[in-house]
Amino acid sequence: MPVVSLDQQRKFPTEAAIWRLLEEVPDPEVPVLTILDLGVVRSVAVAENGAIRIGVTPTYSGCPATAAINMAIRDRLLQAGHDTVTIDTILAPAWTTDWISEDGKRKLRDYGIAPPVGTAAGEGAGRGTLFGADPDVPCPHCGSAHTEKVSEFGSTACKAQYRCTDCLEPFEYFKCI
Amino acid sequence: MTTETQQIDAQQIDRADLVEYLLRLGDNSMILGQRLCEWCGHGPVLEEDIALSNVALDLIGQARLIYTHAGEVEGKGQTEDDIAFLRDVFDWKNVHLVEQPNGDFADTMARQFMIDCYNVELFSALTKSTDDQLAAIAAKTLKEVTYHRRHSGEWVIRLGDGTDESHRRIQAAFDRHWIFVEELFESDDLDARITAAGIGPDPKSLRPAWDSMMDRVLSEATLTRPTADFPRSGGRKGEHSEYLGYILADMQFMQRAYPGMDW
Ligand SMILES: [Zn+2]
Repeated sequence: MPVVSLDQQRKFPTEAAIWRLLEEVPDPEVPVLTILDLGVVRSVAVAENGAIRIGVTPTYSGCPATAAINMAIRDRLLQAGHDTVTIDTILAPAWTTDWISEDGKRKLRDYGIAPPVGTAAGEGAGRGTLFGADPDVPCPHCGSAHTEKVSEFGSTACKAQYRCTDCLEPFEYFKCI
Repeated sequence: MTTETQQIDAQQIDRADLVEYLLRLGDNSMILGQRLCEWCGHGPVLEEDIALSNVALDLIGQARLIYTHAGEVEGKGQTEDDIAFLRDVFDWKNVHLVEQPNGDFADTMARQFMIDCYNVELFSALTKSTDDQLAAIAAKTLKEVTYHRRHSGEWVIRLGDGTDESHRRIQAAFDRHWIFVEELFESDDLDARITAAGIGPDPKSLRPAWDSMMDRVLSEATLTRPTADFPRSGGRKGEHSEYLGYILADMQFMQRAYPGMDW
């Protein structure tokens, strides 16, 4: 293995090294998730001159976290000595909760947020309604299946509000889109 | 049609036509988003206050993407902010429905359900646009407006099939807003060129699906489908009610008072 100086690693990082740094960037609104758990980083490329290009997709069109995520990425890379960073906004294909990692779903549940039920593509438990399937969301606190929707919208664009009719705790549900 | 032909078609459209079409789309989202923001802190219950702000955020986000694209197509260096904050009433191309006052909660929900049903049909058609960037924006938007329709639709049913008072109010809200329906489906020469280039659907083609969803929900809500004797028109050509001026005065104040101001 050739010896590479620290200075060279800074100037010419590998793409794997950049992915590792991004793994340390928390989502600004749900900080137990990293931005990689959330699935918003779509591509990382390092040019021959060491310039870094990162493709990021927004979760919701109006999500205020998008700007914060881009800033956090720049921050983390700058701390590691990388100052030539371009962030591209990737719109297609549109972000889906199917891209949240299994580990991410577990972290959400542990944090008290019910992860998306089924897939955006349409598989999964739920009752059909006039406006599409309404999922059966298990309570992240006690695991009970007896829950009810309080509101389609929650504290952030990505969540809805639910209530458990067994342990009576309210909780947030990460909407499946 | 192959992908290759589609790309050629999209390039064949006049730039000014495409910009104008994008403004019609973006302005509907922008003005309705701004209107819904007026509910912030005034919702009938906390959950709905939050819900309406969330819907407003989605709409404003959609407008930002569409305006940014319009500025790039135009190629004169206009940003999303220039387009939102520096145009006066006659330059706005939104339909009359979105500039109507919020009224009571039933008025807001009736208006919202009408536009949500329209947006679901419109943006699903736009996912097939020959303008790749517009198709990408539409795919994202479609997920959001489908969710909005679920929210407003469930409220229409709950209010219609609720108490005598809620039934009376939501019926009155539909009656009041029905004169704005025709405008959603009007076509003009620009639409014909846009449709020919495969960029967007003929608005008329969206009507059957809109009617069918509306009828199903109105009937579930025990409401009567209204009729309109004198439908409004002209918003997409820049003819507006006096309400729009007040919305813009509020929305554009900072940029007019402090030109070039940045956050
Ligand atoms: Zn529980």
